[in-house]
Amino acid sequence: MAAQGRDAAIVGIHEYPSRDVEGEFSPLQIKAESAARALEDAGLNWSDVDAIYDAGDGGGMAGLTISEYFGLHPRIIDTTNVGGSSYEYHAAHARRDIAAGKARVALLTYGSTAHSNAMAIGVGGRGGGVHPVDNMESFAGMTLVSNYAMAARRHMHQYGTTSEQLAEISTATRYHAMRNPQAVQAMQDLEFLDIRETTVEDVVNSRMIADPLHLLECCMISDGGGAVVIAAPDVARDCAKNPVWILGTGEATKYPEIGGDITISAAAASGPSAFAEAGVAPDEIDVAMIYDSFSITVLTLLEDLGFCAKGEGGAWVEGGRLRFDRPEDGPALNTDGGGLSSNHPGMRGIFLLLEATRQLRGESTSQVSDARLAVAHGNGGMLGSRHCAGTVILGRD
Amino acid sequence: MAEQPREPQRPLPRLKELDTRAFWEATRNKELRYQRCDDCETVVFYPRRHCTGCLGSNLSWYTASGKGSIYSFSVVRQSYHPFFRSRVPYAVAWIDLDEGPRLLSNIVGVEDPGADLTIGQQVVVEWEEHEELSIPLFRPA
Repeated sequence: MAAQGRDAAIVGIHEYPSRDVEGEFSPLQIKAESAARALEDAGLNWSDVDAIYDAGDGGGMAGLTISEYFGLHPRIIDTTNVGGSSYEYHAAHARRDIAAGKARVALLTYGSTAHSNAMAIGVGGRGGGVHPVDNMESFAGMTLVSNYAMAARRHMHQYGTTSEQLAEISTATRYHAMRNPQAVQAMQDLEFLDIRETTVEDVVNSRMIADPLHLLECCMISDGGGAVVIAAPDVARDCAKNPVWILGTGEATKYPEIGGDITISAAAASGPSAFAEAGVAPDEIDVAMIYDSFSITVLTLLEDLGFCAKGEGGAWVEGGRLRFDRPEDGPALNTDGGGLSSNHPGMRGIFLLLEATRQLRGESTSQVSDARLAVAHGNGGMLGSRHCAGTVILGRD
Repeated sequence: MAEQPREPQRPLPRLKELDTRAFWEATRNKELRYQRCDDCETVVFYPRRHCTGCLGSNLSWYTASGKGSIYSFSVVRQSYHPFFRSRVPYAVAWIDLDEGPRLLSNIVGVEDPGADLTIGQQVVVEWEEHEELSIPLFRPA
């Protein structure tokens, strides 16, 4: 690797193991437990934390509320909420704040009981709000799934992408999930039927939720949470585990515009920024942690991040290319099982950082041999209309 | 006599929302309106008070023909919303109006939305009347 920035590193992680807390734990408790375990993983303590990053899952006046709950007096508070990409934004901002000398140890946390609360995230009604966007769109009954389905339909129309090709995303993530005991436990707790590796035929024969997306192309709705500790280089060198450096980041937004192309996501802007800053090319990446809310999300983002040309994603993913045990074919996809088969409590971005870190530490249950570089890409909001993209390039020494 | 349970209703826009109020008030007369800036000619949609192309707010309203084409669509087969659950399967679509604006709506007037719709298909507005406003749905032209 060239002389890359070593401004900040992920030094501590924790993934909250349960996907169904049966109403016995609150999101705040999940955040605090995850924070404590991540600090322990780093060999740090509460008192070391001087910067808090929070997407608002801890309640109103998010940064203040969570600081008191944790018993901290941070010098930096960042409450950016861009949905599932919030944690990629938080990692980028933590690195920036550390590089500017404003912080030394940053704490990112997430907790959700979406499953226990029986939230119908994907097929809910989107009731009429008072924001002008809601006032223009709520009458049409667009579910979250159908929003992504419209992006899939358009991708099929423009590039000839097939349902069988999209299904490759689902089979690859399930292949990895079956090797992750927490993912298998999750599928059992959420009462998945027929928990096993899947085939393309299984996916395209599953029930249609919103044409052209089938059930097995949609992420689950689980409980869950986690925490990430990011530290300055001098702190990182003394932590318990090897640092995972944040080498480059990119952020971008996209929303409906006249003549806009919904087959292209905001990743087409955030990805090149992040890769350029890191001095890394897509073909050097060993592990791609790509927000898999739906199959089409991953296909679109793989193209936009530059792993293949726009429109060629369908053919590119064919034949199980994204599995962890085929490193010669490019990056392994979502080696924890992803949102499709491991967990999705609503904002999955933090888990992308967690599994990328496990891979670069050699701790994954679907370990890519000698993994050196990973990308975590969060898509927050809705692919088929308005969303934010956060790209984070990670590397080890 | 026992009161009949009220039928679930389509969620309707709120007329008091300040950016979109004029749009919805015009739907009473079955006019599908959009804004264009007098100064820089930017078409603004969804409706707003300010121009997104320049620093002004000299936006004028224009009435669209109601004709357009399907940019993309999906057929919703599962919804937990009380009204939309009773309507599955139904088509949601991004409609590109001939005048430019892209709006979200439903395609109605087709027997099997899963088989009878295609991207690029020409559609025309079909108003669904309510007490205080009308909803712009679309059907094949």
